[in-house]
Amino acid sequence: MNTITLKPQQREVQIQLRDIELRYGDTLVQQGLSFDIKRSDVFIVMGGSGCGKSTVMRCLTGLLEPRAGRVLIGGVSLWQTTRSERTRLMRRNGVMYQSGALWSSMTLEENVALPLEQYTTLAPEQIRDIAEYKLALVGLAGFGDYYPFEISGGMRKRVGVARAMALDPDTLLFDEPSAGLDPLSARRLDELILELRDSLGTTMVVITHDLDSLLNIGDDAVFLDAETKTMLTTGNPHELRQHSGIARVREFLNRGSKKGSEPFSEDRPGSNPQKANEKGSDPFLDE
Amino acid sequence: MTAKMGAPPSATQGAGNTDCLLERPAERVREPALELRLAATPGPDEARLYLTGAWRVERQLPRLGSVVKLLEEQPQLRRLDFDTSALDDWDSGLVAFIARLEKLCRERNIACDSNALPDGLRALLELAQAVPERAGQGHLREHRASFFERFGSDFMDLLQSTGEIMAFFGEGVLAVRRLLLGRARFRHSELWVIIQESGADALPIVGLVSFLVGMILGYIGDQQLAQFGARIYVADLVGLATVVQMGALITAIVMAGRTGAAFAAQLGSMQANEEIDALRTLGIEPMEFLVLPRMLALILMTPLLAIYADVLGILGGAFVGTVVGGLTLTAYMIETQAAIGWNHIAQGLICAVVYGAIVAASGCLRGMQCGRSAAAVGQATTSAVVTAIVFIVIAAAVLTIIFDAIGLS
Repeated sequence: MNTITLKPQQREVQIQLRDIELRYGDTLVQQGLSFDIKRSDVFIVMGGSGCGKSTVMRCLTGLLEPRAGRVLIGGVSLWQTTRSERTRLMRRNGVMYQSGALWSSMTLEENVALPLEQYTTLAPEQIRDIAEYKLALVGLAGFGDYYPFEISGGMRKRVGVARAMALDPDTLLFDEPSAGLDPLSARRLDELILELRDSLGTTMVVITHDLDSLLNIGDDAVFLDAETKTMLTTGNPHELRQHSGIARVREFLNRGSKKGSEPFSEDRPGSNPQKANEKGSDPFLDE
Repeated sequence: MTAKMGAPPSATQGAGNTDCLLERPAERVREPALELRLAATPGPDEARLYLTGAWRVERQLPRLGSVVKLLEEQPQLRRLDFDTSALDDWDSGLVAFIARLEKLCRERNIACDSNALPDGLRALLELAQAVPERAGQGHLREHRASFFERFGSDFMDLLQSTGEIMAFFGEGVLAVRRLLLGRARFRHSELWVIIQESGADALPIVGLVSFLVGMILGYIGDQQLAQFGARIYVADLVGLATVVQMGALITAIVMAGRTGAAFAAQLGSMQANEEIDALRTLGIEPMEFLVLPRMLALILMTPLLAIYADVLGILGGAFVGTVVGGLTLTAYMIETQAAIGWNHIAQGLICAVVYGAIVAASGCLRGMQCGRSAAAVGQATTSAVVTAIVFIVIAAAVLTIIFDAIGLS
């Protein structure tokens, strides 16, 4: 298994944002965003409700053109290149949407298979094999013939992950993976994110305000502020929680209690890939 | 100097309020009331508000307007406090009342002393004031634009929506080009499903409507032509009207209500559910993947349905012509055959193709423009049908003029 042993500072930068300004019409959402996302990191985009986290994701995935600034993916500027090159870059991202966003007129297997049908020259049965394998990877083997409305919200999110992984992307983006899930399902999804990162080396960008989750899985993070409409800081969530010089960030990461109490265990599967791998192969076994 | 409002504090429960008595049998509940008393000195600058009874939302609460009027009559007032010794019970009704009153007092520079209010009530008031109203947020509706402002913003909206329609058609043309080059990405299985849903499944309703419209045309024609002893020409009237315009028009309007609305609802809910974003991030153009098969299906199916509508319309006319007009079926059919030329059939088919494209385009356009909520899906559906019908009627007029100009009619 290809475990990641590089130190964070040695890893190459996968996505760079430079002075990004995001607006809907005349409404400013965020400005002055500059940060780097390193290869094989779990990168957290955090901040209070309504601070523009999902808008930042729309920008990273190429759905929203920033009013100013540049998004560089592997050194290529997403919006200063040709349309076909942009489409190619966008395809290197897999996205899991908040509600799953599965295509409701297709079965789960067809959902996962569609990207493969569109972008590979594989034979139909090969595509079916890959789709079945991706579904099994997220613990949903045998559910291929179900339609999205026939399964639960947590399962839909996992199919969303399987579909996002269909083309073996360089980067997987998750929009609020734990929103609307019970604590156990949310934890399993976190573990899935780490296992996929450890085994495939995929860069993970996670948009979340779930403290438990972001402290458990995050290697690096950016904090967006709704009032000043810009980023306040970047860094490892644990370090930010204890040593950030910005009171608002510390307060957010300590759930409002200024003493810096320790409501969460220090058991971080993310800090030790070896340990994460030992945890048993199927995190969904008991479902 | 006193002023009383609501029922007097002494008024007790009558027989009319038995429901409240049932809830709290041991308690005699008084009606909520208030009384504003001014200090006795001349030119009083202090007032005390006496709150009595049960201030609960299920009762008839005194209105604030009466207090406001009193405050306005006494502009010298500088201080207001409360007496709640006779207050039996309260809930949000009283809290909201006091909150609003405090705001009014602040505006009028009257100090509001809330010390006499129950502790719980004061805590709730403080909680509501803990986070100040955000400037620039909320109260969106209170902004009333002037005529020029509205005219300007409507004009900008019009420009923007025209731009969107142009962009939609531009992208549509590009998608058709890729289709002709064989590079368009869509699922052929989906095309067949749409063809079945919009074509075969529409046969009963299109058939029924065209047969009835044929009958109506036949009746009107028969009544008029019988006066001249020219009943046989009912066949010409019904046949020409149906084949040239009515068949295509009926089909198009049924399709607008049935299929166009369905397209808008499908694409709109896909938009609301981020499914279209999911396609885009995979580099799949929704224009090719979703819009193109729908356009193709309707451009193919509307002419076929129009021919079917023509046949049933003529049968409807024939039914009236034979039963009411006393013609033989053979005579009616021979007359119809003589009246209709290939040019008429061509006109009807061209119309049907154009109408089909209009219905599909407006359904898809409104669906793609849809916002991200359930209400937006409803608006998109309505707007799709309205847009389709407006453009169908405009196209019918324009096509008639064109056919006349090129000598097809």
